[in-house]
Amino acid sequence: MDATERAARPPRTGIFTGWRLAAFGIALLTVVPLAVVLSAFFSPEREVWQHLADNVLPGLLANTFRLTLGVGMGVTLLGVSLAWLTAACDFPGRKFFSWALLLPLAVPAYVTAFVFVAWFDFTGPVQTWLRAAFGSSGWFPGIRSGGGAALVMTLALYPYVYLLARNAFLTQGRRALEAAQSLGHSRSEGFFRVALPMARPWIAGGLMLALMETLADFGTVAVFNYDTFTTAIYKTWFGLFSLTGASQLASILVLLVFGLILLEQLTRSRMRYTQAGRHSQAERIRLAGARGWAAAAFASAVFLAAFALPVAQLAAWTAQVAVRDLDERYLGFLGHSLSLGGIAAALTLAAALVLAYAQRRHNDPATRIMVRVATLGYAVPGPVLAVGIVIPLAYLDNQLAAAGKLLFGQNPGLLLQGTLLVMLPAYLTRFLAVGFNPVESSMQRITRSLDEAARTFGVTGVAMLRRVHLPMLRGGLFSAAALVFVDVMKEMPITLMTRPFGWDTLAVRIFEMTSEGEWERAALPSIALVAAGLLPIALLLRHTEK
Amino acid sequence: MKTLRFSALLGAAIFAFASPVLADEVVVYSARNEQLIKPLFDAYTKETGVRIKFITDKEGPLLQRLKAEGENTPADMLLTVDAGNLWEAAREGLLKPVQSKVLASNIPAHLRDPGNQWFGLSVRARTIFYNTQKVKPADLSTYEDLGSAKWKGRLCLRTSKKVYNQSLVAMMIAEHGEAKAEQAVKSWVANLATAPFPDDTKMLEAIAAGQCDAGIANTYYFGRLMEKKPGLPLGIFWPNQKENGVHVNVSGAGITKYAKHEKEALRLLEWLSSDKAQNLFADVNLEYPVNPAVKPDAVVSAWGAFRQNPLNLAKAGELQAAAVKLMDRAGYK
Amino acid sequence: MMNTHPQCHAHLPGATMLELNGLSLAYGRQPVVNRLSFRLKQGDIGCLLGPSGCGKTTVLRAIAGFEPVAAGEILIDGNPVAGPGFSLPPENRRVGMVFQDYALFPHLSVARNVGFGLKGWTVPEQAERVRQLLEMVGLPDTGQKYPHELSGGQQQRVALARALAPCPSLLLLDEPFSSLDVALRERLGQEVREILKAQNITALLVTHDQYEAFAIADEIGVMQGGELRQWDSAYNLYHRPANRFVADFIGEGVLLPGTVLSAGGVETELGVLAGGIPEACRAGSVVDVLLRPDDIVHDDASLLRARVAHKAFRGADILYTLQLPSGAKAFSLVPSHHDHAIGEPIGICLSANHVVTFPR
Repeated sequence: MDATERAARPPRTGIFTGWRLAAFGIALLTVVPLAVVLSAFFSPEREVWQHLADNVLPGLLANTFRLTLGVGMGVTLLGVSLAWLTAACDFPGRKFFSWALLLPLAVPAYVTAFVFVAWFDFTGPVQTWLRAAFGSSGWFPGIRSGGGAALVMTLALYPYVYLLARNAFLTQGRRALEAAQSLGHSRSEGFFRVALPMARPWIAGGLMLALMETLADFGTVAVFNYDTFTTAIYKTWFGLFSLTGASQLASILVLLVFGLILLEQLTRSRMRYTQAGRHSQAERIRLAGARGWAAAAFASAVFLAAFALPVAQLAAWTAQVAVRDLDERYLGFLGHSLSLGGIAAALTLAAALVLAYAQRRHNDPATRIMVRVATLGYAVPGPVLAVGIVIPLAYLDNQLAAAGKLLFGQNPGLLLQGTLLVMLPAYLTRFLAVGFNPVESSMQRITRSLDEAARTFGVTGVAMLRRVHLPMLRGGLFSAAALVFVDVMKEMPITLMTRPFGWDTLAVRIFEMTSEGEWERAALPSIALVAAGLLPIALLLRHTEK
Repeated sequence: MKTLRFSALLGAAIFAFASPVLADEVVVYSARNEQLIKPLFDAYTKETGVRIKFITDKEGPLLQRLKAEGENTPADMLLTVDAGNLWEAAREGLLKPVQSKVLASNIPAHLRDPGNQWFGLSVRARTIFYNTQKVKPADLSTYEDLGSAKWKGRLCLRTSKKVYNQSLVAMMIAEHGEAKAEQAVKSWVANLATAPFPDDTKMLEAIAAGQCDAGIANTYYFGRLMEKKPGLPLGIFWPNQKENGVHVNVSGAGITKYAKHEKEALRLLEWLSSDKAQNLFADVNLEYPVNPAVKPDAVVSAWGAFRQNPLNLAKAGELQAAAVKLMDRAGYK
Repeated sequence: MMNTHPQCHAHLPGATMLELNGLSLAYGRQPVVNRLSFRLKQGDIGCLLGPSGCGKTTVLRAIAGFEPVAAGEILIDGNPVAGPGFSLPPENRRVGMVFQDYALFPHLSVARNVGFGLKGWTVPEQAERVRQLLEMVGLPDTGQKYPHELSGGQQQRVALARALAPCPSLLLLDEPFSSLDVALRERLGQEVREILKAQNITALLVTHDQYEAFAIADEIGVMQGGELRQWDSAYNLYHRPANRFVADFIGEGVLLPGTVLSAGGVETELGVLAGGIPEACRAGSVVDVLLRPDDIVHDDASLLRARVAHKAFRGADILYTLQLPSGAKAFSLVPSHHDHAIGEPIGICLSANHVVTFPR
């Protein structure tokens, strides 16, 4: 069979062939815990529901809606504008900001939250100074509020949008914008009508990550004591001792997110996001004079608030406690954090690639829905998902133990629980969305004719992925790897639940300190975590920035 | 055939690696954090040679983990920082009743499970704190009184999501009945100077800074804060002394139903309630020893003596859900 | 096709629509284009032709407003749009542009691509204009498709329709056919010319392909190293090149040494050629004579013989590369039934009705 003949042959379409089979396998891994969570619906907790519906749910839904809306708008505004400034424009300090604006990624949102409360609440230095200077600080907006929570979560989560949108703008080329100008639209009109819509899958991917994290977040809103839907989940579980009720609430969250994702997918059914015009990175829009300085001031403000202030405060607290708390064990914590992050990132990336590629090869509804379902683990509040993971695993483990008893006459105990064999797939379940979204959006840049061209040279399957797609997906892959790496290191509930005995990480350390409210002492592991997070970010930059 | 033999071999290899149940170790699932328990466990290992393996997490996930692992769980002991979760673990059938004269004599009856499934090990008193520049101790009397009109706009509270407040309200329900307790909580909410705080320390700081005048917190947060900032205008007050006494909670433990080292675990539990361990257990976090024969830390003693509410803490667990619902109804965030 | 929209008013016939006066462009300090001047009249199609890197695309981008002007000025429809330190934004120049890679918006349907520039038109006006243009470019039923669903040639036409939709004063085309295959390129080139002529549109094209230029343009400027070497008709560029570069770049041909005769005319190895001697060349001086393949005719009877060094079959003709007795090379275009083998000596004679010479 010669090359042209091979090209003419349509791809195989059976349900369980090659890529789709692999994708189904990965999806199964993540769907089982979700199914465990969703299965709570089979035993309705009427009393809990009645109580929530009567007393708190309306308020919580309104709060959640406001927070999600606020964070959604905030991260889009910050992420997209900063991405555009650093990717397409030139202004003083652009090179510095293009990487520095990623750094807040390494700061856990609840840490930023705590620092903001420490600074801007009534007892903080800002209001204390205001009172000393003007006698009153009553007019100062309360930080422990929905606005405060939205502000901090925006500052903590905008890098998702920034990173992905920047990727889009960098690979988009300026030609489309010029085309818009030649058709009578000013540059800013062109930005809104062309550059922005053409970056849509990236922006949507980043925004979706930020929103999923917002919806599933408890640690950050807890610092503000701002009640959201997730608060109700925790309260139902820990306060009313009803995990079933909590799982039912969490399921609603999952379905909501799933609906959002499907909606976004449906509305761009036939649109394509291949490059319009050849890549021309050198051409930047020069922001001269005051406009350039305004851009620099904007970027500085975001950088200061989202990174410099939290880290400086952490450093100050660390200085107070390091003498007491810093010991050689920190090398171990750091090592565990880094190796978990690294391995999980590699694993998640491989899984994300398989999913994205399967979706490309088999663009049927079944595959598309399966791929989307596989990424929903990110929308479930961490502890709920952790339980969803541990229940089927413990079941498997118990079956293994029973088999062992039968075969060898001695009960071997639990073999899987508390090993990396559990931990890594658990991270995959949680963070597949984080790995998948950047890879998927980058895949949009690769035209089908490129696949066809490759196929005429007899390059197919894995070889095509390796020789044609991987080089073009570079930006997306490194973004995905860095995001997963950092997110795994920050992750708490799954780490706490599945880690081997004595195998503590920096995030576990933060938990130990904060569980009894010793935030100042949590500064040491927090700052170590931030420092560790710089590594994947540096790697990302090395491989994507020219 | 070949594959069968291979998997048998693989299976045997895995089982050979599986850690055998060691006689001289105890496995603990702990919600009390590492820096509070490790010194204690190290001391125990030094004294007895028994190794202690532990893992920390929040109570909720730990309970679920125990439940999912079932009879194969490696855990011998569950350690928590409140009574409610111990009560819940007992209700879920995750704990095992133990008979021990040592525990019975070391631990007052109201601080342990009537069914002997769990035992308090340190006392956490939840009491009233006030700004010494704005409040005279004579103005203070009971928790319930913080809802009276004179405290309008002067009260600070921690979030109702914290189990300490849930236990406090549960005990109020146990004492006065639901209707009266709800009235009291509602009156607190009406008196709030600002939205509830995420933690006790932040709330104490707000009292000191004058954002409000009084509030309810655990004593050890006060101890820690005063250690760091000795000059703060904060005073401690023991309420309800003419009534039922100060609300206390415990950090405590129970032995798991499927403990592989039941004897060793019980020995550890008894040791933890003994004179030797009690100071180590309580003092490291400025808590009160549960054993009445043991004197608290000097810093803690200086806060004065007080009468504890003698109601059995099992009530805190039993009525926790009711308390949570009550606080929701009362609009206590 | 006339449109009643005020934006689509008719321009005066014969008016100068594009004028470049001493235009110089630079990237930073590095000069790219040096003192370029030419004009384009209403309805004319001009072309900038030159090897890659000659600066032609930069000129086009400067006219569109994407490159700053270092010196000189650009006038469109009589109005200055760019000069040193001043530049009308591209969106205000009323210049349409067809990009080399079309730059169609992948997220918009064909109809919305074409309608993209119709700012200030009412919705029915827009729909009508889009319909007119898609019909004009021969794609009446593609409006709801997305660009990726079209072939390369169709995309090209959509790009043209999009650029023409807002009735620009001037249309710029940047290597518009370079990504199409040869057959399509030729056909589409003619189509585009017909469309532009029918609409009386003033256009400037940039290409490195002279045949494309010949097929479409009325006037062609040959550029080299940032300078305009000749601005002329296709005929004149071929038959009356102003300098060696143009002679060499346009068409095929060789420069054969010859001696200027006192009687006028030049004597070469192949005989005497009459006329067209530059005044600067005194009798006796040595010059180079341009000989096109059609200037040398195959004639079996001729005594003058040359050996076939190479041959290229071109259907009706064969282009022979001949080795002259002196060793110099020359081309001859011969009807293809005269099929000679490589190495074979064939009879030739000169048949030039004018002569182009360049002093040495």
